Amino acid sequence: MIEVKGVTKRFGPKVAVDNLSFEVKNGEVLGFLGPNGAGKTTMMRIITCYMPATEGSVTVAGHDTLTESFEVRRHIGYLPESAPLYLDMDITDYLSFVAQVRGIAPSERHEKIRRIAEICGLQNVMGQDIGTLSKGFKQRVGLAQALIHDPDLLILDEPTTGLDPAQIIEMRELIKRIGREKTVILCSHILPEVSATCDRILIINEGKKVASGTPDELATATEGSVTIQAKIYGPEAQVREKIEGMEHVIGCRVVESPPGGPVTFVLKAKPNGDLGREVFKMVVENGFSLSELKAERISLEDVFLQLTTKERSAE
Amino acid sequence: MRNIAAVLQKELRSYFNSPIAYIVIVLFVGFSSWLFFRSFFMANQASMRLYFTMLPWLFMIFAPLITMRLWAEEKKLNTLELLMTMPLKDWEAVLGKFFASLFLLVVMLLLSLPLALSVSALGNMDWGPVIGGYLGAFLMGAAYLSIGLFVSSLTQNQIVAAIIGFFLCFVMWIVGENIVVFMAPASLAGVLEFLGLGAHFESIGRGVIDSRDLIYYLTVIGFFLFLNVKGVESRKWA
Repeated sequence: MIEVKGVTKRFGPKVAVDNLSFEVKNGEVLGFLGPNGAGKTTMMRIITCYMPATEGSVTVAGHDTLTESFEVRRHIGYLPESAPLYLDMDITDYLSFVAQVRGIAPSERHEKIRRIAEICGLQNVMGQDIGTLSKGFKQRVGLAQALIHDPDLLILDEPTTGLDPAQIIEMRELIKRIGREKTVILCSHILPEVSATCDRILIINEGKKVASGTPDELATATEGSVTIQAKIYGPEAQVREKIEGMEHVIGCRVVESPPGGPVTFVLKAKPNGDLGREVFKMVVENGFSLSELKAERISLEDVFLQLTTKERSAE
Repeated sequence: MRNIAAVLQKELRSYFNSPIAYIVIVLFVGFSSWLFFRSFFMANQASMRLYFTMLPWLFMIFAPLITMRLWAEEKKLNTLELLMTMPLKDWEAVLGKFFASLFLLVVMLLLSLPLALSVSALGNMDWGPVIGGYLGAFLMGAAYLSIGLFVSSLTQNQIVAAIIGFFLCFVMWIVGENIVVFMAPASLAGVLEFLGLGAHFESIGRGVIDSRDLIYYLTVIGFFLFLNVKGVESRKWA
């Protein structure tokens, strides 16, 4: 759906995006993650044809953003950061303006607006001026204008900024629902948002790509090991010896050892192989019994911090 | 065409949804009527000449007030980003906005028609110069609007857009005034006289419609609308 090749964007001496390349496949929900000022918005503005890249090329659905910008724009629904809207227009007038520019036939406009209002939960505020709406509703109007022409690709730049927790959850649900049918790029500096909604995550920092992969892959890749917590009934010293003898295990410590209860071990192993299965086999083979087996993942917050601070300390 | 109409309608809705259009129209009609009638009875002539003499000065103030928000607000609210990522060409947006402001100007001019009708009821008025005057006012107003619109595309501050717009309109008017032409070097005098908005307005206002005057106005309008397109495009120049 999108192919970004070696894109660089300079504003005078400042490099906002630095030789960035990535692809977004059809139907994928990509989380575009990075700290504030990492170049996310600039990259989105290049994809949406608002401004050209200094170097490199971007194609959307096979169309080049420079030479076929009109075609590209037809494929995209875009909600820029903080949902900029005409505050002195009422919602119906505004959506009807967008529908008109988006080339929706006059006979279909009314029905399209009604349907999109329903999807975005705007039915009860339809006649109101946009300026009088709460932040959450403004954001929904922004989403409605991005969806009205049923685009293949939806680009959302920080769609939950300024919303209250309940609205954030609603917005995420909405994005998830939309993501089942469409290709979505979700820009954010908030991790739970991305991990809750995206198939794949691309992390950028200071205009450069620092990592990309599924949330799980990123967590594993950054940690360089997997961690498992296992509660096992059996003599502590003996179990420990067996665990340390296992193939990929690189570390083992006892967290808790209550008298008469299961001993809690935390194991670290290299990421190859299925550690859970090996632990289970070891327990059965040695006649111990297993009470609980739990994989501990490094959180995305840690991944993000590690990746974005590693960059900085390397400089 | 469809996109120009869409932008035109949007801008008209914005004008008439907010108090701006009403304030500008009422103030303009009030001001112009007052200024006209206070000297009309003293002159004791059934003529609109006085009206058309002061119109350029009133338009100089009102045209930038009409256009100041058209781009500056888009920039300030960042709605420009949404507008320019829709399948819409820059020049279509420029024309849509220009026609919206022109619509307001035409409404203002139409509302001054009762003035002309009252004058013609009071005495035997020659309609030739009045029709010429209206045509001249329309063209001159359109030129002012194109200047104001261009200035609005350069800033996100509406007040700055209005003040600079007013100043540029003023300069475009006075470069052709006798006093400027007289003081300028002889080689420039002819050029300045031709460039000034005033001389052309006066000749149309006499009821003489010369194609040179029409071409002049269309060129000025076209030139500033072109600059406006470049102004909108400037986001891509970084």
